[in-house]
Amino acid sequence: MALSKEKRSILQGELSGLREAGLFKEERIICAPQDSEIEVVFPAGASEKRVINMCANNYLGLSSHPDVLEAARKGLDHRGYGMSSVRFICGTQDIHKQLEAKLTEFLGTEDTILFPSCMDANCGVFEAVLTDQDVMIADRLVHASIVDGMRLAKAQQDTYKHSNMEHLEEKLQLHQDKRLRLIITDGNFSMDGDLAELDKIVELAEKYDAMVFVDDSHASGFIGRTGRGTHEHCGVVGKIDIITTTLGKALGGASGGCVSGRREIVELCRQKARPYLFSNTIAPVVVSGALAVLDLISRSTERRDKLERNTQFWRQGLIEAGFILKEGETPIVPVMLFNAKLSQDFAKDLYEEGVYAVGFFFPVVPKGQARIRTQLSAAHEQHHLEKALAAFIKVGKKYEILHKSKDEIIGRYGN
Amino acid sequence: MSELKEIVLNYVKKEYLDEDDDREVTYSTPLISGGIVDSFSMVSLKRFLETKYKIQIPDAKATPEAFDTVDNIAVLLKEFGKE
Repeated sequence: MALSKEKRSILQGELSGLREAGLFKEERIICAPQDSEIEVVFPAGASEKRVINMCANNYLGLSSHPDVLEAARKGLDHRGYGMSSVRFICGTQDIHKQLEAKLTEFLGTEDTILFPSCMDANCGVFEAVLTDQDVMIADRLVHASIVDGMRLAKAQQDTYKHSNMEHLEEKLQLHQDKRLRLIITDGNFSMDGDLAELDKIVELAEKYDAMVFVDDSHASGFIGRTGRGTHEHCGVVGKIDIITTTLGKALGGASGGCVSGRREIVELCRQKARPYLFSNTIAPVVVSGALAVLDLISRSTERRDKLERNTQFWRQGLIEAGFILKEGETPIVPVMLFNAKLSQDFAKDLYEEGVYAVGFFFPVVPKGQARIRTQLSAAHEQHHLEKALAAFIKVGKKYEILHKSKDEIIGRYGN
Repeated sequence: MSELKEIVLNYVKKEYLDEDDDREVTYSTPLISGGIVDSFSMVSLKRFLETKYKIQIPDAKATPEAFDTVDNIAVLLKEFGKE
């Protein structure tokens, strides 16, 4: 037997360590299409429970939209199920090129290359574009996939305090001797729901001759007046050198990602980015669905407008009820509880009340900043949000945290 | 030694704490296990030490444990003859 009892016990010890540290993750099984209401089995073996979903990245409610399903079905009929090849051998169809062109147009860039996921895009782009003569200067709260991508690159690394432009400027001054400087940020930071100040970042990039990278996964499709993303919101369309984003959230929610930006950068990815070179790209059925998504949201801003209204209602309702929120304007709305155990107990009670939301705590967020992260969707109707709000208020009363200050909550529950 | 620790402590405060961050940081405060410095941003601290003291710290020695407190960093620097 290849895996001896002793070796297996080593692996079991690793798993026990995760359990003891409270870091063991368990999946909840969804027995329905992704939507604002879903059937969930949790814990394993329990009966199905219908709950309001407040934790999906289904911002535009397109994951199960009939037009997207129909396009995906047609894609399956006309272009098949799989490619059985990487892009540069025989894995590129006409629809892959169409999707790249549509994303370029939608994002207002020069060119686009698809990746199997945005995780792959982020893991491939830095190594493909930068060398050891260059430097990557990242916001300290960028997504884990960017951190991994930076670690794979030979370029020097540096970081700046979250959204702190003075600190970024110091770092740009420090690295003036490098061949290329790349400022790296998320557009919408996924844990706090705050937006990068891309107008100021672009200004500093111009002043210090740097390039700008933005991961707009939590923004593409709904941030900005026509949903183009954080660069539209900040008035810097055309000035971002590299945008990575995902098709796995607002843009249909299936899978896939891309690098979009300067044509030389995209071409370098085609030549050198390892996740592009050594894995199949997005399956035809998903490409077909994504094309329909881009058609839908390019024709009308109705869905992002509804999402904006839902977000306003939700934020206002929680604030009036006496919860402490992370300030912001995006559909990522963190309800601050500060204490890790409280965040877990709170989420469990919400589930009992028919509301599915997840508690996050260290090391996913900084120590003492545990929270329930809620996410709005255009698929939410008013009655969903009213019911979810009532559940939050009921559970908030139970733990006596409404209209209490941060210090009062920490004083009672610890941080 | 205390001058060296003071220099490192001042750098840590300036580099890693926000202006409104009222956490007290001393020579023995856990920086990495305490959530003040994460492994991702630890690289700036390593570069600072290398530039300031004109040394090269091999990656094998730049562990989260070695960088976890200002006291530990002082022990590490002592290996390079810096006190």
